[in-house]
Amino acid sequence: MKFGVVVFPGSNCDTDVKYAIETVLKQPVDYLWHQEGDVAGYDCLVLPGGFSFGDYLRIGAIARFSPIMKSVEQFAGNGGLVIGICNGFQILLEAGLLPGAMKMNDSLQFRCQDAYLKIENNETAFTNKIMPGHILRVPVAHGEGNYYADESMVAELERNGQIVFRYSSSEGVVVPEANPNGSTANIAGVINKEGNVLGMMPHPERCAETLLGGEDGKLIFESIINWHQGGGKRG
Amino acid sequence: MYQAKIKVTLKKGVLDPQGSAVQRSLHALDYGEVTSVRIGKYMEVNLEAPNKEAAEEQVKEMCQRLLANPVIEDYTYNLVEVKS
Repeated sequence: MKFGVVVFPGSNCDTDVKYAIETVLKQPVDYLWHQEGDVAGYDCLVLPGGFSFGDYLRIGAIARFSPIMKSVEQFAGNGGLVIGICNGFQILLEAGLLPGAMKMNDSLQFRCQDAYLKIENNETAFTNKIMPGHILRVPVAHGEGNYYADESMVAELERNGQIVFRYSSSEGVVVPEANPNGSTANIAGVINKEGNVLGMMPHPERCAETLLGGEDGKLIFESIINWHQGGGKRG
Repeated sequence: MYQAKIKVTLKKGVLDPQGSAVQRSLHALDYGEVTSVRIGKYMEVNLEAPNKEAAEEQVKEMCQRLLANPVIEDYTYNLVEVKS
């Protein structure tokens, strides 16, 4: 299964993502510079974390118009798997590939800590290897991860099973104290209606091997590979 | 040449964490009369256009496509002709 990691000026988790896919999961992976226009031949595109274009104007607002994004949109439109992590999530929101928007953390502080994630939908291309009831421990590191969706949008997301992760206690209880940034309904990750584009604030690539303090993040990548091997279609 | 003075703010009803923090700080300075603070962005965009209508059209499109995020933000602008 071939992965492509989209690199924008200011991306800084691209190397970590490549390492997790290549060294931990033993899958081929290439960097794709944001000015490239072609994403043919890839099975999954990753938009990594960082501070693309210095977070100028609005996070993700400028990256969203990078030349490669037209190809990413087309790839996603054809059913290709796309995962945006942290800044990558913010870019997908700005691009309209995922619903909602991101605001500054309600604490106004940059939050760099482990977060516990309750899995609300483990039947997606990105979560199918996660056992029901398993609470993930995955680090977050962001200043603007305060996911916003209005009431009717949240209701629709719930109805469609589009809320994939919620910030929870280590026991999996969704409480305000477990919410690191003020996100609406403790939302940590959402998927599009079609189920092939996922955005998440926590960083699975930072916990894909025990040496780094945990392996929960590996489950996300293993799910993607499992889904692909099970006949998922190429974008 | 024209200049657009553009203001982008969070929509009414969308909580503004920065504004709330500044409001608390003003209260701490004894400005108890402050009932709300909203923080936004101010931009000056200079552009060439054959006439004001055309300039306005362009500015609106810029706001909708890039300068504001319609999911959470509103924009207003003031367009004036300036010497190039």
